[in-house]
Amino acid sequence: AVPVSVVFTPGSVPADLPRQLPYRDVREEPVPVGCKTPTGRRCPRSLPELLWVAPGFLARWQSQPRSRPSPPRLPQGTNVYVGKHRSALVRAGQGLAALRARLQQLTRVMSFTASSIAAALADRVPDGQLGPDARRHLKSSLGYEITFSLLNPDPKSHDVDWDIEGAVNRYVQPVLDKLSVVANFSVDSQILYYAVLGVTPRFDKESSSFLLSAHSLPHVINPVEARLGSSAASLYPVLNFLLYVPERSHSPLYIQDKDGAPVPTNAFHSPRWGGIMIYNIEAPASPQASLPLHVDVDMVRVMEVFLAQLRLLFGISREELPPEFQVESPGNEGLADWELDRLLWAHTVENIATVATTLTSLAQLLDQISNIVIKDDVASEVYRAVASVQDAMAELAEGRLRSAFQASKEAVTSSERAFFDPSLLHLLYFPDDQKFAIYIPLFLPMAVPILLSLAKILREARQRKKEPTKMD
Amino acid sequence: MAAALSAAALLLGCCGAALASGVQDQAEQFFRSGHTNNWAVLVCTSRFWFNYRHVANTLSVYRSVKRLGIPDSHIVLMLADDMACNPRNPKPATVFSHKNMELNVYGDDVEVDYRSYEVTVENFLRVLTGRIPPSTPRSKRLLSDDRSNILIYMTGHGGNGFLKFQDSEEITNVELADAFEQMWQKRRYNELLFIIDTCQGASMYERFYSPNIMALASSQVGEDSLSHQPDLGIGVHLMDRYTFYVLEFLEEIHPASQTNMNDLFQVCPKSLCVSTPGHRTDLFQRDPQNVLITDFFGSVRKVEITTETISLDRDLAGFENELPKDELATEPLKYADQLPVAQIIHQIPAEQSV
Repeated sequence: AVPVSVVFTPGSVPADLPRQLPYRDVREEPVPVGCKTPTGRRCPRSLPELLWVAPGFLARWQSQPRSRPSPPRLPQGTNVYVGKHRSALVRAGQGLAALRARLQQLTRVMSFTASSIAAALADRVPDGQLGPDARRHLKSSLGYEITFSLLNPDPKSHDVDWDIEGAVNRYVQPVLDKLSVVANFSVDSQILYYAVLGVTPRFDKESSSFLLSAHSLPHVINPVEARLGSSAASLYPVLNFLLYVPERSHSPLYIQDKDGAPVPTNAFHSPRWGGIMIYNIEAPASPQASLPLHVDVDMVRVMEVFLAQLRLLFGISREELPPEFQVESPGNEGLADWELDRLLWAHTVENIATVATTLTSLAQLLDQISNIVIKDDVASEVYRAVASVQDAMAELAEGRLRSAFQASKEAVTSSERAFFDPSLLHLLYFPDDQKFAIYIPLFLPMAVPILLSLAKILREARQRKKEPTKMD
Repeated sequence: MAAALSAAALLLGCCGAALASGVQDQAEQFFRSGHTNNWAVLVCTSRFWFNYRHVANTLSVYRSVKRLGIPDSHIVLMLADDMACNPRNPKPATVFSHKNMELNVYGDDVEVDYRSYEVTVENFLRVLTGRIPPSTPRSKRLLSDDRSNILIYMTGHGGNGFLKFQDSEEITNVELADAFEQMWQKRRYNELLFIIDTCQGASMYERFYSPNIMALASSQVGEDSLSHQPDLGIGVHLMDRYTFYVLEFLEEIHPASQTNMNDLFQVCPKSLCVSTPGHRTDLFQRDPQNVLITDFFGSVRKVEITTETISLDRDLAGFENELPKDELATEPLKYADQLPVAQIIHQIPAEQSV
């Protein structure tokens, strides 16, 4: 549930508001999440418990005292201005109903919607509901590794210098500090020489520049990836940000989108992988300028694009805003408080769903293979995971997002450790016909004399019982 | 009147075209796979020099998969024996796939992750299910997620319901199906393509029950898969028939090609292969017609143009984040007390204080 507090400026109180203030109003909207898996099996029983996480809002209405100075005015055409902390200025029509509708719209933007819930629970929801593009944000993980690479395919013409350390300290570190609640981040950088794109750009006579069309972009990444060294990095997911300085013979190089227009940022990104930006260098003023040209990369322009790509990779985007909304720019912090809340919320829900299915499938595995031995530490991890996930759900119900997220992170760590414990390998499967085939040749020859002698003993015992009656 | 009619016709035509392109976009959207990365697990399970062809099979698939874009960091290659440096190889450091030594599939940049005795049923199942000891290096792990398409290729000697590993142990089809189910439970794959080239290969995919798996085998139950041709210079059979024709088919695929799975099903008909290749698609959600070969064998990334930027304050100069320098241990380092080795060896008694 999302608590919303509405403060009225003097003169804007709607006429039909009830007289007593503060006034509480609770609106509940259950979110349907379908649950049939593609092969018709029922979804794990743990999933319906999550459906109570329904968006709703309880609004507290207050009126501002008249002594305040006059409030800022929203420009024409904008009805809502969303600030970078957790507040927004709203202009609504007369009457409570219009205000309610506007607030509902605002809540959907600033907190969660049905589609964002479904996206967070993405792999437990069957395919029909979401397109294949819906689940492409980075999965919730304990840490991420960010690698900045400068690709210089033509060092003979360009001597490129980039102050990456300064740029990381000045521009990237504030964003990562704000995101440090979500995960641990580690940053590294490298420069690669003679690394070419896999695609040859076309020369366009009208603009006298080289163009890379949108459908050749997917093939750009693969030839470079082998040289990036991302496999040497940690076990955390790696995000690669590449800055490509085109060769002298292919300058200037622009990316063309589907409609044929050059892209203003000259950059593209691939979900769950990272982003590439092309940095063009102007031709030297005189053709006799000595090569290599010394180039100092404008890190601000580059970091603006890379940080925007980082936001998009995490799934924080401005695209779903209704038209009359305007959002305050978060400045060097990179993201607004409510965007961070959304991210935390999505990751918490994803973690809880993951823990639920992991523990359920572990239980199913143990049911199937009854002779698996569970070690004590695996058992204690399972108990810890269950306790943490119950904590997380309780905190989420209270609305305490940070502690819910921490609890869900602990739950995920414990459940993954329990599930992926190397001792749980089930090499103990014996199909029944193989059991017969193995044991019968061992036991049958041994069993034959035993059975025969047992039969003989029984016969003798029966004869002895009969004999006394014969003897007189 | 005629002008109005023609204008109306033009309008309708435009609408029709727009609608058609809109519908086509939607159709493309629906039939595309939702994966963002590709992995490949290629396993050769046979030892000994006369099983050269199995290693050549695996290396040919490895080569095609690398050529089509999957990087080494996303390929787990398991070869049970070393043919290239085998003392019986008349051409050391090469593994050929075609007689007359036309194609050396060993190449210069082969990265074998599990080699010789490390290729066991246990390690294979550990790779698939992820239950790996924490000391395993990253190159030996399958770090796939729920948006990964995985290609699993296995070759060796097999029978009805089992595949022989290293001539000493077997993996049964039930174990394999259970391993895939464990992968599905943890969403370690988006879609899986399983190709097996052994005798009676179809028995290995009979027991699968997890969704999103497509399987191909080189022969049906009761049939043997046969090898292609021997090379008289090397002295052994170089490739198996099914993989030979699959390799020929894959040589014509390039990263942007639109060939779909139905063409792969037609590779190697009975006339060429002598055995009947089989396939299984009932667990797969999409129609094989819409599945591109590059969805599994290559690595075509989804890209999006970056249209948003954020605005940074250029003049915010003061945020130099002084990281605290790590305090190194300041006490001087010295050796620990050494064992009096000389005394021990030469039986010199330690000096006693009287």
